[in-house]
Amino acid sequence: MLTRKQLSTGDKLFDAANVIGMLLLCFVTLYPIWYVFVNSLNDGQDAMRGGIYWLPRKFSLDNYEAVFANAGIMTAMGVTAAKTVIGVVCHVFFTAMVAYAFSRRELIGRKFYMMMGTVTLFFGGGLIPTFLLIRDLGMLDKFAVYIIPALFSFFDLIIFLAFFREIPDGLEEAARIDGANDLSIFVRIIIPVSMPVVATIALFHGVWQWNDYFTGMIYINNPDLQPIQTFLYRVVAQSSSNQIVASVGPGINRTVTSQSIKLATMVVTTLPIVFIYPFLQKYFVKGLMIGSIKG
Amino acid sequence: MELEANLQRASMTHRQRFVKLLRKLAAQRYLQLMALAGAAWMFVFNYIPMYGIIIAFKDYDIIRSIAESPWVGLEHFRDVLEDDELPRVLRNTLGISLIRLAIGFPLPILFALLLNELRSLRLKKAVQTISYLPHFLSWVILGGILATWLADVGLINKLLIALGILDEPVYFLAEPNWFWTIVITSDIWKELGWSAIIYLAAITGVSPELYEAATIDGANRFQKMRYVTIPGISGTITILFILAVSGVLNSNFDQILVLRNSLNESASNVIDVYVYHVGLLSGRYSYATAFGLLKSIVALILLLIANNVTKRINGTGLF
Repeated sequence: MLTRKQLSTGDKLFDAANVIGMLLLCFVTLYPIWYVFVNSLNDGQDAMRGGIYWLPRKFSLDNYEAVFANAGIMTAMGVTAAKTVIGVVCHVFFTAMVAYAFSRRELIGRKFYMMMGTVTLFFGGGLIPTFLLIRDLGMLDKFAVYIIPALFSFFDLIIFLAFFREIPDGLEEAARIDGANDLSIFVRIIIPVSMPVVATIALFHGVWQWNDYFTGMIYINNPDLQPIQTFLYRVVAQSSSNQIVASVGPGINRTVTSQSIKLATMVVTTLPIVFIYPFLQKYFVKGLMIGSIKG
Repeated sequence: MELEANLQRASMTHRQRFVKLLRKLAAQRYLQLMALAGAAWMFVFNYIPMYGIIIAFKDYDIIRSIAESPWVGLEHFRDVLEDDELPRVLRNTLGISLIRLAIGFPLPILFALLLNELRSLRLKKAVQTISYLPHFLSWVILGGILATWLADVGLINKLLIALGILDEPVYFLAEPNWFWTIVITSDIWKELGWSAIIYLAAITGVSPELYEAATIDGANRFQKMRYVTIPGISGTITILFILAVSGVLNSNFDQILVLRNSLNESASNVIDVYVYHVGLLSGRYSYATAFGLLKSIVALILLLIANNVTKRINGTGLF
């Protein structure tokens, strides 16, 4: 390795430019989010004058109070939380279970099963036939539409498969001698040793569930079943946020505006993910690698 | 041994073989149930919609089932080709995707290479973590941020006017001329760090001995980048490039649906959005399916072409 003294001037210049460029990139990445955050913490009426760049000018938590007092927003948040938690548990368990079965060499028809899955990576029915199927299955306006059509993903199965192949056979043998069946081996032995890949898929699917607005938009009419992202989509795309202000309870301070409530809702919707992902970073990097090599 | 086994197998009757298979199946009944659950799901949610594509060749309406609807042959496809909206939709889809590919594909590679040159590991880690952040925001949230920033009283207008680039505020999201720029820039902003993960992982996979050898040969860091790192990750680049090309007709539906509006429609109407509007909002199921099917066929052809071309150039392809 080179020591500092051996570095040429050109090298030093490049290093300096690189560091500055990277810091600039971080700023460009973080600032738009920071901007939303500080504006959401400002008095709504005052924020309309603009000019709030670094810190709130007239600090206020009214926007957040209004968000948490709004029954529509809270219901939508609840739907999102429920669909994310239930969706992740079901998706991870089901996809991992199928992947475990597909990973076992003695599985009769293994080639056929794998072929059946591989085809789905390249062909699909597309939007309209899928919509008609969901409708014919009677899942319109049902909570199940968030969970069952998202239960399985062959792409995720491939990531599981790559991981399961590395598990030494000896682990399962001991349980099999004890008379355990394949399902209980999967639950009691395979899942506990596969936590890194479980965390990866759980994060990917969780982020998808949390951020997905499209399912709620096309399959759900009942406002009580609409997730927060669909709610926000309707507010953003149709700029109908006046109705949020109108629905704010009388006890809430009238300093809030439709814009300031929108910003506060955006922050509340985003915070959980922003806090979770850095802790799962080491897992998803590995998971993505496996996926890119095998996929 | 092998000969003996072959003889034994040959002497088995069909019946015996069948019984043996049944026994094996019975022994792995739990395993089969687990596999069948997956196969059943794929049958319903992947294969039934594929069968549903036949409504592109039928006159489907909500009263009759798919099977009962009358066949109309290629009528819908003829209509698609005569659709006044087709040239515009194609231009927008291809335009946005090709520019996105040309700029958005190499940038993460460059970012990964430069990140790899950072000497401070702690800084590298911090930049990485921060660069992933936008990937976790939904397009709805990002659409809200963009609407704030790009409004006529928004920060971008203020900045451009202060710098003397603009004379009066532009409402960017209402201007068709700005739509492609907004879509491509915001997509790069969101996915730059995330897309670089795979390249960074590939770079760590390059053998350190190669760098040592290059150092002994007197290579400087740019030469190492050019002759060691880039060749070391070219396999990864190839695979991702093929996938990117086959995705050219997928114009990031989630994103465009959030950013489009009736004012920028002439620049924002892409195939997926059009199919959604014609099919789900206007209820012309058969026509929209035919439109979507043409898209899938072209995408598949693009995948095959990209695969063949890279195979010829690089010697490796996806399949």
